[in-house]
Amino acid sequence: MSATLAVVGSFEIPTIEYAALAPIMIVMGAAVLAVLVEAFVPQRFRRVTQLVITFASLVGAFAMVVKAGGTSQIVAMGSVAIDGPTLFMQGSILVLAALAALVMAERQVDPSGDSFAPRASALPGSADEQAFTRLGWLQTEIWPLFLFCVGGMLLFPASTDLLTMFVALEVLSLPLYVMVGLARRRRLLSQEAALKYFVLGAFSSAFFLYGTALLYGFAGTVSLTGIANALSASAADSGLVVTGVALLAVGLLFKVGAAPFHQWTPDVYQGSPTSVTGFMAACTKVAAFGALMRVLYVALGGISWDWRPVMYVISALTMIVGTLFALTQTDIKRMLAYSSVAQAGFMLVGVVATSAAGLQGTMVYLLAYGIATVGAFAILTLVRDSTGEASHLSQWAGLGRRSPWVASAFALFLLAFAGIPLTSGFTGKFAVFTAGVAGGATSVVVIGVVASAVAAFFYVRVIVLMFFTEPSAEGGPSVVVPSAFTKSAITISVALTLVIGVLPQLVLNLVGQAGVFVR
Amino acid sequence: MSTFSGALTHAADVAPAAVAASGLFSLTWLLIGFPLAGAAVLLLWGRRSDKWGHWLGVLASAASFVVAVVLFFGMLGQADDSRTVRQHLFDWIAVGTFNVPFDLRLDQLSITFVLLITGVGTLIHIYSVGYMSHDPERRKFFGYLNLFVASMLLLVLADNFLLLYVGWEGVGLASYLLIGFWFVKQSAAVASKKAFIVNRVGDLGLSLAVMLMFITFGSVTFDGVFAQAGSASESSLTWIGLALLLGACGKSAQFPLQSWLLDAMEGPTPVSALIHAATMVTAGVYLIVRSNAIFNAAPTAQTVVVIVGAITLLMGAIIGCAKDDIKKALAGSTMSQIGYMILAAGLGPVGYAFAIFHLVVHGFFKADMFLGAGSVMHAMNDQVGMRRFGTIRSWMIVTWITFGAGYLAILGIPPFAGFYSKDRIIEAAFSRGIVVGLVTVIGAGITAFYMTRLFVMTFHGKKRWTDDVHPHESPSIMVVPMAILAVLSALGGFLLAYNNAIFEWLAPVTGFEEPHLAISSLGMEGISLVVVIAGAALGWFLYDRRPVAEIAPAGNFLTRAARADLYGDAVNEAVFMRPGQYLTRSLVWVDQRVVDGAVNGVAATIGGLSGRARRMQTGFTRSYALSMLGGAALVVAALVLVRL
Repeated sequence: MSATLAVVGSFEIPTIEYAALAPIMIVMGAAVLAVLVEAFVPQRFRRVTQLVITFASLVGAFAMVVKAGGTSQIVAMGSVAIDGPTLFMQGSILVLAALAALVMAERQVDPSGDSFAPRASALPGSADEQAFTRLGWLQTEIWPLFLFCVGGMLLFPASTDLLTMFVALEVLSLPLYVMVGLARRRRLLSQEAALKYFVLGAFSSAFFLYGTALLYGFAGTVSLTGIANALSASAADSGLVVTGVALLAVGLLFKVGAAPFHQWTPDVYQGSPTSVTGFMAACTKVAAFGALMRVLYVALGGISWDWRPVMYVISALTMIVGTLFALTQTDIKRMLAYSSVAQAGFMLVGVVATSAAGLQGTMVYLLAYGIATVGAFAILTLVRDSTGEASHLSQWAGLGRRSPWVASAFALFLLAFAGIPLTSGFTGKFAVFTAGVAGGATSVVVIGVVASAVAAFFYVRVIVLMFFTEPSAEGGPSVVVPSAFTKSAITISVALTLVIGVLPQLVLNLVGQAGVFVR
Repeated sequence: MSTFSGALTHAADVAPAAVAASGLFSLTWLLIGFPLAGAAVLLLWGRRSDKWGHWLGVLASAASFVVAVVLFFGMLGQADDSRTVRQHLFDWIAVGTFNVPFDLRLDQLSITFVLLITGVGTLIHIYSVGYMSHDPERRKFFGYLNLFVASMLLLVLADNFLLLYVGWEGVGLASYLLIGFWFVKQSAAVASKKAFIVNRVGDLGLSLAVMLMFITFGSVTFDGVFAQAGSASESSLTWIGLALLLGACGKSAQFPLQSWLLDAMEGPTPVSALIHAATMVTAGVYLIVRSNAIFNAAPTAQTVVVIVGAITLLMGAIIGCAKDDIKKALAGSTMSQIGYMILAAGLGPVGYAFAIFHLVVHGFFKADMFLGAGSVMHAMNDQVGMRRFGTIRSWMIVTWITFGAGYLAILGIPPFAGFYSKDRIIEAAFSRGIVVGLVTVIGAGITAFYMTRLFVMTFHGKKRWTDDVHPHESPSIMVVPMAILAVLSALGGFLLAYNNAIFEWLAPVTGFEEPHLAISSLGMEGISLVVVIAGAALGWFLYDRRPVAEIAPAGNFLTRAARADLYGDAVNEAVFMRPGQYLTRSLVWVDQRVVDGAVNGVAATIGGLSGRARRMQTGFTRSYALSMLGGAALVVAALVLVRL
């Protein structure tokens, strides 16, 4: 009781550095505005208004990120760090989110409108749902959800205390659970994925929170710097620390999609609307890796000798599991899901390097992977037959003959995933592997090189299928001509993938300037 | 560094520093630029360039050759120590201490390769205009050929290992596309896949080598690596050397990664001549000779190189003896000849220049013979079985003469080209040790036997044709390149070796050392000539004097083994493929039985998608959560263990 009083007695007005927090605030403000738009703007203007708000806020936030370049300070009463890595990751998230938003805004590909359910609340297969579809209802609820999610993602890698981080985690996750369940077609699969994601996500949040509590019990603070100081002051009390670190890591590794906490990925990626899958796969990974690295480097950097061996094993396991399971997939979305697990493993190689080079290499990898991912899932939305997207591998046979441009773009993204030189993926792999070797993680790098050689096989298999296999006799799916939204998303992704591959200098300079986490 | 003696004493490690490209040498980038532009136009312009596309391809390659010749004469005009030129195009990667410029390096070694690649390449382009004239996809074929030439030139002109790796992957891609060019044929598609996979194993070696170099030397540029090679520990140099060797084995079809080359003969014949005889397969030799500073300081790696070369040269020769398919027999011979080069490259400064010399000469005569084989196939309705050839010389006199020049060259009959190059390698091998020397002499004897068998079965003996063939000489657009290559096969060796010209030329890069022999060089030549003639006589006796069966006889154990490529595929299957298959199968089993099984079982009873999906939901999530919990427990346990 007296403690509470003391806190109240010493209460001071918090100082908030609005300029430094501008990117987050713009997106969050736009999200609130978007909710109001849903309530008050007439149906026929809603879509235009939502698109204007979404893209304006993303561009505005990106401009503020660029403007803030070079700052390195802890703001908002020690709970948010605006430093080089934060800005780079916020910039990456905004670029990727804008690309994903272009794909979500598409309304020409699906003959019944867009790729989202007319009323998410209607029971799958019910008369209500059929009526909504027949009436051609379209929905714009996706945009406020999307903006809240992006806002959470911007805050997640910037948080410097575990409670802020937890709030950011929930803000980014909750809208995502809903978005996963919004697919127009295959409603059951979509809702199943949403519920599954929600249950497992809540489970992992509990781990995160419990870890936070234990670390608070040890350090008496939830600030990352405070925990680091407590750890350097006394290393005696190991029980709380070890359990706390492990539980915290489990929560973060779940969001990252690392083995053995990865099983949700294939189901959720497959069930979600494809444009949401691209957004989720690219942006969540950037945000989650940002938070994971900040916790590991800033709070737990002093005891890296304790957690590094465990992370070695998780990194190796993630690469192996992702690669091996991707080999046997027959559905392209599931294959890309397992491939994203494997990619998370490659990124963890940069994380376990525990050096500035490792941090910067991982950031390059995240950007390169994110761009190729958004592009690849955008192309998935275009290959369709009468029942919707044709995602079975056999349906893609001979696609290169009929639609050489689309197939070539997809091939480029696959080559980028495989890490073939002159694509962005090579730049990323090279950066994390060299950092890994320099950081003493040679054994993990060797596993990574072998895994990427195996992974090249299933990526190239799709290319072979598209270009060198006869299409099946009954015609198969066709490539739909999209509107300028998806077209520009794919074009920009292709261009960026090539630019980062051929002139890696640009992005490498950028992460070089980003430097390290502020403490 | 080894000691030097004799008049020609140069050391690679005192090689003069490269000077920045200026004047004439600023044209270096055009070497790659022409074929690259050609490939871009042919592949991107599409069907609109069908009419004239093949001539554009020829022109791009020829333009590159002209530039190469001009640059070569420009280099001749320079003093010995200012012939190494570096052209800086742009900064490729520059982060902190990691700097990789996009630089081209023109020196005596690379210009030798450039002349071979563009010269022989252009001849093969011209030949292909005739050979592929009936193929509807001829334009695409020339696009791939140009892409290959550009990649190969990048490989040999790169000034650092990372850029070399880009060219290395580029030739791999072009080779994959060209082997599978007739991908409608199942065997061609399988062969291209196999070449791709085996080459990935080799590429893994090269990429490991590049990373090891960066760790050891902090640099991947040639100057940066070679200048510090003396100061690194021998064990790290040995590992780098072995990784480089693995890379070389993949590209050059050396034991144990040899199996793809024989299947690669599914590609169009000009491809076999260009890629699988004259140029790409020699990339491994280039890599080892280029990295001589590393191998000179890593004797263990050198010994392994010699062993690999020796094994391959015998394997290739034995396989060549049993093949009835004319192209596969030539492919076995290619393996064997590259084995000679690798072996020579493993001998150190005493062998580098000889390896390159044999490589150039082999480029002449092997391309000549492959084009000859293509000409024969053209005349025989695309048949390749030599048991259904015979006495073709009367119908194809020019092909017989040009092929004959290549045949005498590979046997090493003076004054044909192979005599000069192969005997030098045999001498160098004897200076290393009696066993290595004997292997090279025995290899020469077997070579004489199987080449005589091939030559006699094709051009001499009795007529064993199928009923529907009407042999005829090929059109002159195919004959002229063959004739030029035949002249080079006949005279090239003498001209290049005259007054040790090529060895002096290469010495500043590779170093040079005269082999020391127990007996005189003339005696050595005599012995190997006797062995060669004995082999040839045996071949002539067995296949010209006695009738050849139209259907291959069962043969003894050795013949059957050689027909099956000495069980190279069986070993690959047992060691790599089956365990891999078992692994994937068991994964599929786990996925289907453990994961899907529960669901499927329920689905079968309830039926319908909704029932199935509902069950999936509960079953899956619970088990996922359980495995997350297990994972979390393991992480905690592991952290506790590490703490202890």
